[in-house]
Amino acid sequence: MTIDMEQFHQVFFEESFEGLDVMETGLLNLSPGTADMEEINTIFRAAHSIKGGSGTFGFMDVSAFTHVMETLLDEMRDGRRQVEQRGVNVLLGSVDCLREMLAAIQSGADVDADSVNQHQKELEVELNGGDGGAANEPEEVAVEQAEQPVVSSVKPGWHIIFCPHAHLMKTGNDPVRMFRELEELGNLIVEADFRGLPEIQDIDPEECHLSWDIRLEGEIERQEIDEVFDWVEDDCDMTIISFADEAGKSTTTVVEKAVSIESATEKPDEPPSTKAASQAAPKPATAAKQPNKKPAAKPASASIRVDTAKIDSLINMVGELVITQSMLSSLGDNFDMTRLDLLQSGLSQLESHTRELQQSAMGIRMMPISFVFSRFPRLVHDLSSKMGKQIELKLSGENTEVDKTVIELISDPLVHLVRNSLDHGVEMPDERVAAGKPALGTVHLNAFHRGGNIVIEVTDDGNGLDGDKLFNKAVEKGVIEADAILTEKEKFDLIFAAGFSTAEVVSDVSGRGVGMDVVRKNIEALGGHVEIRSKLGKGSTFAIYLPLTLAILDGQSVAVGDETYIVPLGSIIESFNLRSEMISHVAGRGETFRLRDEYLPILRMQKLFGVESSGTEDSSDGLLVVVEGQGTRCGLLVDDLLGQQQVVIKSLETNYRNIEGISAATILGDGSVGLILDIPGLLRLAKR
Amino acid sequence: MSEFTSDSEIVGATALSENQYLTFRLADEAYGVDILKVEEIRGWEPVREIPNTPDFIKGVLNLRGVVVPIIDLRARFGMEQVEYHAKTVVIVLSIEAGEEQHVMGIIADAVSEVLDVDQDSIKKAPNLGAVVNTRYIKGMVMSENMVMLLDADKLLNPEEFSLIGEIG
Repeated sequence: MTIDMEQFHQVFFEESFEGLDVMETGLLNLSPGTADMEEINTIFRAAHSIKGGSGTFGFMDVSAFTHVMETLLDEMRDGRRQVEQRGVNVLLGSVDCLREMLAAIQSGADVDADSVNQHQKELEVELNGGDGGAANEPEEVAVEQAEQPVVSSVKPGWHIIFCPHAHLMKTGNDPVRMFRELEELGNLIVEADFRGLPEIQDIDPEECHLSWDIRLEGEIERQEIDEVFDWVEDDCDMTIISFADEAGKSTTTVVEKAVSIESATEKPDEPPSTKAASQAAPKPATAAKQPNKKPAAKPASASIRVDTAKIDSLINMVGELVITQSMLSSLGDNFDMTRLDLLQSGLSQLESHTRELQQSAMGIRMMPISFVFSRFPRLVHDLSSKMGKQIELKLSGENTEVDKTVIELISDPLVHLVRNSLDHGVEMPDERVAAGKPALGTVHLNAFHRGGNIVIEVTDDGNGLDGDKLFNKAVEKGVIEADAILTEKEKFDLIFAAGFSTAEVVSDVSGRGVGMDVVRKNIEALGGHVEIRSKLGKGSTFAIYLPLTLAILDGQSVAVGDETYIVPLGSIIESFNLRSEMISHVAGRGETFRLRDEYLPILRMQKLFGVESSGTEDSSDGLLVVVEGQGTRCGLLVDDLLGQQQVVIKSLETNYRNIEGISAATILGDGSVGLILDIPGLLRLAKR
Repeated sequence: MSEFTSDSEIVGATALSENQYLTFRLADEAYGVDILKVEEIRGWEPVREIPNTPDFIKGVLNLRGVVVPIIDLRARFGMEQVEYHAKTVVIVLSIEAGEEQHVMGIIADAVSEVLDVDQDSIKKAPNLGAVVNTRYIKGMVMSENMVMLLDADKLLNPEEFSLIGEIG
């Protein structure tokens, strides 16, 4: 009997990636020279679970690689080795390598063997260079020699001929597991003997038909080998003979060379076959028939970890909802007008429960932003040392919760912004000192909620943006006309223009002029926007505004002619009756109105959307809804305000395509489709 | 099966080369779409108009929580417009545009029948020059009348709409 291990793979990968994050964070916190035991222990434990897990699931190359890391960490833990920057860097590199290996295995792709070997070498060099190197010699040998196919028999070691009885597997023993144990003892070469294999139609997959010829090299006590085979002694025929004795007699055993199962000789760049072998090993017959069985590269099923408290509250709400529902249905059984009050209170209860249920359900998708932030210490660490800058990263508001989808989509743009701050924002130490600033620059990542938005700010105390320089550059690049008149803010926004970069030297970090426009595009695709605040010489702040969730929106329904549209509530500033004397015309056509101290354009929704109306064209009985989108404001002239409601966002692009001025659709209470207005899009539309 | 298939009845060809098409009427003309693309057929009901889209896009409909655009084929083919009536139907199709799957509805005057069509009996659409764009027509077959088989994937590709929208 075998358990299908593959069902646990997803969990293993998730845990391993989490473990890698823990290791990375821990390594970054390690300061050279001083050994923080707690931190090293945490790193060690994470490495150990990855090693254990990968061993269990048969990802032997991962396990072997992690083992070397673990050895190094173990020495640090025992105080046999100083914590040095060099060692930490090597370990950090290995964490990356391990992450790549796992990702490759997860997606069924080939592991980059060169990179693995290189990192492994680095680790080994580090190990051997250290004081405690000698203690790990056997393992080193095992790993190194694994790549050499044949070994001469003069070496110390044991030759084991292992012929299990057919019922071996039924006793709960698994040869593969035993081979793994042997592998711990020394360099292992296993050859399977297929001669006992019956015809395919006669195979009983639960029986063991193979026997193995095992060569185990190294200074190993006979007793250790006996221990491994302790449980199967009665279920197999076995001869154990040392190489030395064997050299005397001449062995005539000719073994049909076929596959070597589960030894370190498995090349690390063949995860599928490793997997197939380990998986099918308990059923050797099938393994032999289909050694190249590849796991289909299926898309990783996404999963999230949810706080049990959140689930409890969700279950609670469902319970309440059921109670309300039964109350309402009993009320409906023999309803008369005298019980109208009860009905109304029941309905309002239903409403509040539905809302709470919705919130709980949304809460499940919420994750703290620290999932994104956690990768930045590493990024800043690596980049600042690469660029020769001294930069300190401050994080705050890591516990701000935001929808999982937003988390996934925001991390790339955010990385770009942080890189940008590191590269263009913070100056070199000498420049900073010359400018009267401390040599240590600061980059501050901050997240907080504001209204229905989450705001993520990337602030640096660097040089700030030079509006005029940006302007000149933009003119030079042909992004704008030389005679254009821009506000300071508009000048800053130029860096988001496509094909724009002010960096004098194009570095590998940033400066190719691709990116900032993509950053803005990605953020806008999420329904958010970016704002720049900057002071020359003092530093700049990039603030990303994002909706908390992409699934539900508070909306205000407005009537335009015979149609109904939904305006996102968050973008509405105020609304009032527009009287004709409030309108002033610009150049005889463009209409504006004055709102306190600024003049705002009026967008006539009827005209803009070409909606037929049974009402009048007279502006005097229109309602003006003042809205804000991407920092600009305007008034939407609509016929009526209808009501507020939460709407579930349905993408129009799923079945159609994006429409200017409309961000998405939704299903209204009566089952018909409602369209949600996109304020920035409307402004663009109006400019045409 | 019509007499047109008789000369192509080669052994083994029948089962594989035969496709079913749902035929429907627009004015006096008969059209057909691959029945495997048809999700459902429903009566006409008012839709939500989408502003600033080509005329032939009537609007969007709530189809069990999915927002589905509805295309008026008469308008699409530049035919005379008629009032929608009790027999007007919406044929909901699932189409492939590149990698993506879209669900869309087309408005037809009436559905007629399911037609078995032998692949070999499909005739190439004649080139009618600029007057009629035959890109969206897979071919023609004769049953009682001439039936034009539409290539739904091409006809309902959202990318094509924008082209048309810009020209028109």
